[in-house]
Amino acid sequence: MPLSHIPIMPVDNPQVEVEKLDLYYGNAQALKSVSFGIPKANVTALIGPSGCGKSTFIRCINRMNDLIDTIRIEGVIKIDGENILNPTMDVIELRRRVGMVFQKWNPFPKTIYENVIYGLRIAGVKDRTMLDETVEKSLKRAALWEEVKDRLHQSAMGLSGGQMQRLCIARAIAVNPEIILMDEPCSALDPRSTARIEDLIRELRGDYTIIIVTHNMQQAARISDYTAYMYLGELIEYGPTKKIFTKPVKQETEDYITGRFG
Amino acid sequence: MAEHLRRGIEDLKKKVITMSAVVEENVAKATRSLLERSTDLANEVIRGDVNIDQMEVDIEEECLKLLALHQPVAIDLRFIIAVLKINSDLERVGDLAVNIAERSLFLATQPKICMPFDYETMSNMVQQMLGDSIDSLVNLDPRLAHKVRAQDDKVDAMNREMYETVKSEVIGGPEYINCLLHALSVGRHLERIADHATNVAEDVVYLVDAEIVRHTPEYFMD
Repeated sequence: MPLSHIPIMPVDNPQVEVEKLDLYYGNAQALKSVSFGIPKANVTALIGPSGCGKSTFIRCINRMNDLIDTIRIEGVIKIDGENILNPTMDVIELRRRVGMVFQKWNPFPKTIYENVIYGLRIAGVKDRTMLDETVEKSLKRAALWEEVKDRLHQSAMGLSGGQMQRLCIARAIAVNPEIILMDEPCSALDPRSTARIEDLIRELRGDYTIIIVTHNMQQAARISDYTAYMYLGELIEYGPTKKIFTKPVKQETEDYITGRFG
Repeated sequence: MAEHLRRGIEDLKKKVITMSAVVEENVAKATRSLLERSTDLANEVIRGDVNIDQMEVDIEEECLKLLALHQPVAIDLRFIIAVLKINSDLERVGDLAVNIAERSLFLATQPKICMPFDYETMSNMVQQMLGDSIDSLVNLDPRLAHKVRAQDDKVDAMNREMYETVKSEVIGGPEYINCLLHALSVGRHLERIADHATNVAEDVVYLVDAEIVRHTPEYFMD
């Protein structure tokens, strides 16, 4: 049987390896034996109906779920070979390596400049030249520099929604992460701002491993290299985006992406 | 939204089936017009082509509308892309039927000649291929589509043979050269219809299996 008929694509040299991941909210199981590899420096999209476990899943990758008491996680998530679910894992260091951008932009009520270097500040960096360079580099990488370079010391709260979201991306980039998690980063933006963020995601690919949760199927198709379809806590199908959107292997995937679902 | 797309696709399917039926009928009439030396039938074919052209435009617009409004994926995307291509092929088949009808109009004015090839066998074979390619679309039957692809080689062989026959007949009796050249064109038109039927069949394979089989040999055996 050719490889293309296996619904879960094997990945050479994955950066994130998930093995038999189970997650329970109290007695309710939200993730069921999820196993797959996420390739380095590519964009991987997670799609599936609400409540299928996409957000829960990406929140495992930087251990955001640790903040919820009733959660129990079993299984393994390796980043560059190291199990990050290990209790001895340095979570602060993990979250530096794994940045996150949320659905609703959340800049701090500080200046644009301070927002970008927030991570460096708490890490104790004081070198002004280094901070200035980081601000310029991160804002340029986030395609925001030209719009804000003359008002770096003004409040970030005066930016538009799309700009604030790009600022959050700049803030994530500033601490030099390897992986960026994005949970519906465009769902509250207009089409123009969405297009800018999508362009940015394509630009960042190659330097960062991006894992994005999206409800917008066309967005997943446009920006991702690989797509994973989840349903009721299970990974149903995973493979190159081009294949998932032209000829998915599983009927469930086809039904979901063509809107025949339910 | 999804229901809206579903209805659009159903409508598109009906339109393409209607167009196929009209094209098939025009090809049948054109080939009969030559056999029966009937100028009435030939003129009917020529007049009927306007309808086919209009259907082609309607179907293309419908496909573009569905693509623009629904950004379909997977089977829906493959269906619309396949219909877009099949639509062009069917329209070309309609034009070739007109070309055959025009040849019959001319040949009807000339003394009856013996066709330089087995016209009846070739035209039946081509019509069978066209019918099968359309059936493979209606029933989403890739097996039948593969059969059409295999048949195309036989029609190509008949076409090549015909050239040799015409060449020797022209040498033997140059007074019939005009008629023979028209007959040669008819054979060529039939062969082109078989090619378009093959294209349709290949698009059906793509539609069902998501596999592009053009430019690859067909090893299907009956």
